[in-house]
Amino acid sequence: MRRLVSGNEACAEAALRAGIRFFGGYPITPSTEIAELMAEELPRVGGVFMQMEDEIASIMAIVGASAAGVPSMTATSGPGFSLMQEGIGYAAMTEIPVVVVDVMRGGPATGLPTKGSQGDLQQARWGTHGDHPVVVFAPRGVEETFALTLRAVEVSERLRVPVILLTDEFIGHMREIVSFPSRVEVYHRQRPRVASSEYVHYAEENNYNAPYASYGEGYAIHLTGLTHRADGFPINDAPTIRWNNERLRAKIEDNLAYLEDNYVDDDPDADTLIVAVGSSARSAYEAKLLTDKPLAYIRLLTLWPFPDATIRGLARGRKRVVVPEMNDGQLCREVQRCLSGDTELVSVTRNDGSMLTPQEVLEVL
Amino acid sequence: MASAKTSGKKHSFTPMVHTYLRMDNRFPHVWCPGCGIGILFAALIHALHELNIPRDKILLASGIGCTSRMPGYLDTDTFHVLHGRALAAATGVKLARPDMEVVVVGGDGDMLAIGGNHFIHAARRNIGITCIVLNNYNYAMTGGQQSPTTPRDMFATTAPYGAIDDPADACSLAAASGAAFVARTTTYNFVQLKRFVKTALSRKGFRLIEVVAQCPTIFGRLNRMPATKDLIAWIKGHTVTLEAAKKMDADELRDKIVTGVFVDREVEEYSDRYARLIKKVRNAH
Repeated sequence: MRRLVSGNEACAEAALRAGIRFFGGYPITPSTEIAELMAEELPRVGGVFMQMEDEIASIMAIVGASAAGVPSMTATSGPGFSLMQEGIGYAAMTEIPVVVVDVMRGGPATGLPTKGSQGDLQQARWGTHGDHPVVVFAPRGVEETFALTLRAVEVSERLRVPVILLTDEFIGHMREIVSFPSRVEVYHRQRPRVASSEYVHYAEENNYNAPYASYGEGYAIHLTGLTHRADGFPINDAPTIRWNNERLRAKIEDNLAYLEDNYVDDDPDADTLIVAVGSSARSAYEAKLLTDKPLAYIRLLTLWPFPDATIRGLARGRKRVVVPEMNDGQLCREVQRCLSGDTELVSVTRNDGSMLTPQEVLEVL
Repeated sequence: MASAKTSGKKHSFTPMVHTYLRMDNRFPHVWCPGCGIGILFAALIHALHELNIPRDKILLASGIGCTSRMPGYLDTDTFHVLHGRALAAATGVKLARPDMEVVVVGGDGDMLAIGGNHFIHAARRNIGITCIVLNNYNYAMTGGQQSPTTPRDMFATTAPYGAIDDPADACSLAAASGAAFVARTTTYNFVQLKRFVKTALSRKGFRLIEVVAQCPTIFGRLNRMPATKDLIAWIKGHTVTLEAAKKMDADELRDKIVTGVFVDREVEEYSDRYARLIKKVRNAH
């Protein structure tokens, strides 16, 4: 069925269809419509919407609900996303699946509540302290918001990781035609198949589709944000600390192929590669269509883990790599890591609350 | 209750308590000799046991601090959350699993300073949580800093010249926020403590028990009461019952620990209210 909806509406609809049954949130522009829709729709499907007292409470409430077995989500924007960071770290450390939607607006601080930006690309990766696993998806528009919200819920439940969906004010409030699928495959987390005496909450066997217990199922699990052993209890010895860190890292590294998702439009004759993400990629691609020059193009649907190898491969032998974005160069820094030799890196930024235009990208092509 | 003889001494309740603990690999515990937390822990276990609450249905949650290390030792589902955030996380658990008996424990700093906002709103909603605040007047785990309950003129490492702040009152705050059950007792009065915990577990909605407890190792040493008995005597000496307090004026009550049940009323628990909302919405469509 095709309907004209906004990015925020598409996000809420996808969350419901993906099986999200608990939403904890706090009003913040430009994400609020997601909470409003969840407040209306969740009770209809037997789920719970909670307006919490702040964003810290919101992230912790969804962590709690998910630990008790219910797929859970929150939505926010820059200032609220900043407040949620410690909770995102807690979800990463305890391996509790949650989905956090950040509808980006201009920052820092209160910044530009009603205007879009891509200022949270790095915060999404490194917002909480310490090294930690996190998966970040970034749609280009409304239809992809629907698709990537579905995927965010699935990946989160499969890998027991927090997954962040980065949209922005432009996408959140823009209306586009979406072809809604009649049926959506929903992944249900696997319960342990062993007796509670045999069960180890953080078994060596990690990652994809591993079964795990939730509260109330009789496994007497202990969840703590402290560095812990396989049975969940805190420990201070170096080998176990390394084991814990490696386990968290491995769940991303072992699943790179499952997580990586790019749109690539390569041209062997092109001496320039464009690397783009999210809404500003629309302008980048439009610029590519407007010029006769051969151009190679990659757009990252999965921003983190960053597709180092893919970008390195595409950039090899090119003269220039152009990175357009709506911040002061956060994506560009990351692309720089992947370049070698004489390849020139060109950063195209716009950071004034307005959309980057195709003309601004064309100027450097 | 079963009794057992070990090393010639009679222990009437220890074997029962042990069945609730993760005895195989979690001991020794982190608490100092003379600490009041064990008294609360024993009272809680007795209350859960006497009320025959199924183990599979118990969740003990906490934030960060000395009291908040309690969940690590209880052999049920346990949740050691971030500093101050236990009530927010427990709210999520309760709404996801309304059949669970959710107990949240925490210290005065965890619950009333960093977690103060969640405390107010959990009480306002009357979410089905038994919340126990162990008030030892300081941040003990980090070495004795001033907390929201440190009494005026008493010492802490961050109040080296004596506290000039007026202390927070957990019971008044919970009562004003709408909690269904509010009581205060001390570790000196184990019988009353256990009774209050049992009563709280039998009620619905948000239930607060503030337990004034001794912290001889940190707070006691900073305030010239390094022996457990001195601090317990200080607590006892400052305790007045609610009945007696009614006959005292504000000046007399200024440094007193008023014990008793301040609020005990029937409310509809929040997750029951939400279940009713779901039913209403679904019937309308």
